[in-house]
Order: sequence, then structure tokens, then C-alpha cells
Amino acid sequence: MSKKLSLLSLITFGLVLSTSSVRADSTLVAVASNFTKPMTEIAESFEKATGHSAKLSFGSTGKFVSQIQNGGPFEVLLAADETGPALLEKEGLAVSGTRSVYAIGKLVLWSATAGYVDAEGTVLKTGHFKHLAIADPKLAPYGAAAVDYLKKQGLLDKIQPLMVFGENISQTQQFISTGNAELGFVALAQVIENGKIGSGSGYIIPASEYATIRQGVALLKNGSDNPAAIALLAYLKSAPALAIIQKYGYDLPK
Amino acid sequence: MLTTADLDALWLTFKVASLATFLLLLIGTPLAWWLARTPSPAKGFINALVSLPLVLPPTVLGFYLLILMGPSGAIGQLTHFLNLGTLSFTFAGLVIASVLYSLPFVVQPLQTAFNSIAEQTLEAAATLRASPISTFFNVVLPISRPGFLTASILGFTHTVGEFGVVLMIGGNIPDKTRVVSVQIYNHVEALEYPQAHWLAGCLLAFSFTVLFILYSVLKTPPQVQQLK
Repeated sequence: MSKKLSLLSLITFGLVLSTSSVRADSTLVAVASNFTKPMTEIAESFEKATGHSAKLSFGSTGKFVSQIQNGGPFEVLLAADETGPALLEKEGLAVSGTRSVYAIGKLVLWSATAGYVDAEGTVLKTGHFKHLAIADPKLAPYGAAAVDYLKKQGLLDKIQPLMVFGENISQTQQFISTGNAELGFVALAQVIENGKIGSGSGYIIPASEYATIRQGVALLKNGSDNPAAIALLAYLKSAPALAIIQKYGYDLPK
Repeated sequence: MLTTADLDALWLTFKVASLATFLLLLIGTPLAWWLARTPSPAKGFINALVSLPLVLPPTVLGFYLLILMGPSGAIGQLTHFLNLGTLSFTFAGLVIASVLYSLPFVVQPLQTAFNSIAEQTLEAAATLRASPISTFFNVVLPISRPGFLTASILGFTHTVGEFGVVLMIGGNIPDKTRVVSVQIYNHVEALEYPQAHWLAGCLLAFSFTVLFILYSVLKTPPQVQQLK
């Protein structure tokens, strides 16, 4: 009897041991749209390096925060700003002390037409465009940055009536890339290829011309016990991840 | 309470839905009549085409419209040729999208109503020397009144409830394309739950009331009088 029991417990113990050492965990990550491309790459390299996997959802920070407040199953949030993660921490939905800035976003004035946007962005003053797309400034930090820039240039009153609003920065890019809006403001990461603007034409807005886009990450309550979620948070600060973040034109926090 | 922006969105939604319903009845009536009466082999094809918005995700329609209405799309080139600019991000574009999106909701009830009119009824009218036009207005329309009521109400409410297509081609412009459903979505995303509650509640009450009235009025299905 006791022999049987000990054998059984040995088997059970062995099973537990083997599953925990071999089992790779998976984590569900909410990612702000502007970070789609770099995060896809980071997730791949994360999987190779750690054996864990990261499932990515892309959308606007506001939508994710609201979903997380209402029981959304996400374990890590990579936001487009610092306010989302801070709010969730205050509400006890993010693990306190896990918040940090993972990237500093760059704003670019972009058109799908080659040569449309000049090196100085003077097209904003002289161009005869009908629509300029920006992300909804109320919802998206890149939209707020664009409004900030236009205000500083004294162009807001002129351009306001021509604005169309993307629900997030991806939709904004889609309005421009389909030609429905002649130009618009998107994140540099969306249009960068090998260190320069890949297709169409663009003007990278000088960082001094708008409030810094500090993108925050936090471990969420749901992921507090998930090794994969914790590992991903650490991996974001690793050299390979930082290299990917920089490759897409982001600055690193100092 | 509702802000001015919310009221603007409500008013805009009402305008889009009213105009779309009017156009839908204008287009839908002859189309439904043809579908109900034709022996043409093309009937199945057209029926399937009209019913597509029932099963297609609005994103599919929105995606195609965005591409088609863009400067290099077929519709975009046509409107450009006619000096109308592009239709995306405009009130007109929104109305056209709504007409496509709500088409089956108007055509199908009308088609059902027309289907149930017996051939003898029309023949009787003809023997009394009623022209086809006169038959339509004096016989078909009165008999099909419940069908028209259903069609108008479903067309209107379905347009009010439209979201995916508007989100994709509207550009969320205040007073032009920011309809109630989009405004609610924005409120939720901006974490403005009280605002979202007010608008969502309005829409819920509106939709229920309309459907309640519809189902109370239409106790009986469209009646067909058989002539001997």
C-alpha cells in the first residue's frame, strides 16, 4: 500500500517536474497600434530566446484600458502613453512597481505619394489637399502630438476643417495609404524601412515641436503569476529588444 | 447629460438614416417588385447580391468602399470625373454606404409583401382597364402597406445602428460623419462612461420603442384578398 502510494507520488512528482521544466508559458499582450511592427519582431525573438510565447492584440490604448477595466484577459499592456498604465496601477489592475517607459515615439507627416511631403513639411502651408488624417487626439497620443505641432506652427485653424480622424494610428495610416487622405500624421515606426521612410514621402517632425510621446508598459494583475508575462517584461529591456525598438525609429528612455 | 457634441451626433444620425431610408424606398420598391415578379434566371443572382450585406461583416463592405471611393478606385475616379471630389469622409459617402448596407432590410420585406399579392388581383385590375402604373398605386401599394412600414422601419433603424462601415469610411468628422454609434465608441475609448451610458441608453430606448410599435401595429401579416 505504502509502496504503491510512494510510487504514485513519485510518478506524480515526476510529471509535475517534467511539465514545469519543459512547458513553455504563453502570455496575452495588449499592444498599442503604433508598436505593431516592432512588437511582432520582439515577440519572435522572445520566443526563440526564452521558449515562452507571446500572443499579441493590437489596438488603441484607450480601448485596451477600458477592456482591462472590464475584465479583459490581457497580462501585459504596451501603451502609447504613460497615462493608461498609470491609471490601471492606481485602480489596482496593474502590478505596482512594474511600470516603465519602453520607447519614445516619433511623429511623422506622411503621404503615400512620392514627393508630396517635402523635407521641411511646407506642404502643410502651401499644399492644396482636401483631407489630412490624424489619430483622434482624444484617444491617441500621436494624434495629440500632431495637434500640438500644428498649434505651434500656427496652422491648426487652417487645417482643422480638413482633418479626418482615425480611431487609432493604424487606421490613420490606412486612410493615407489608400489615398483617401492626401497626407497625415502617423508614427515613424509605421513607415520606416531600413532607417528611412520606406514608401511615399514624409517629414519627421523635430522632437522639440511636440510634447514627448513616452510609451509606457506595465504588468497587469492577470499576468502577475505568469512566468511568460514576467519574462516578457524583462525581455523588453534586453539588448536584442532595444535594438529592434531603435530600428523602428523610436528613442530609448534615458 | 448629453453634450452638444452628442446632440450633433444624434441629429446627424437622424439625417443620414432618413435620407438613406428615402433613397432605399425609391430604389428598393422597383427592385423588390422586379424580384417578386420576374421569371428571369438572373433573379437568383440579384437576390444573392442584394442579400450580401446581411451576411458580410461590415468591415468587408467598409474596406471595399474605402478602396473604391479612394482616388484610384472606380467610384473615386467616376466622382473625380464628375468634379465631385472623393466620397470618403463626406456626408454623401456615408448615405451611399448606408443605402448599400441596409438594402436587404428594405428589399426583403417589400419582396415578401409583393410576393403575396396574387396574380388574379393584378389581372382583375387589368380587366378593369387599370394601367400597370395605376394598378401599382391603387392596388399594390395599399395592399403592401404593412410591408412598406416594416421596410422603412428596418431600413431606418438598421442605418441608425450602423457602425463598422462608418468607422472605416467616415473619418469621424464632427457634424459630417460622426454618427451616434461612433460617438458612443469614442466615449468608451476615452473612458467617458457616463457619456457613453447616456447615448447608449437613448439608442436602446429608441430601438426598443420603434420595434415595439412595429410589432404591436403589425399584429397580422400583410393581408391578401383572393378574388374569384
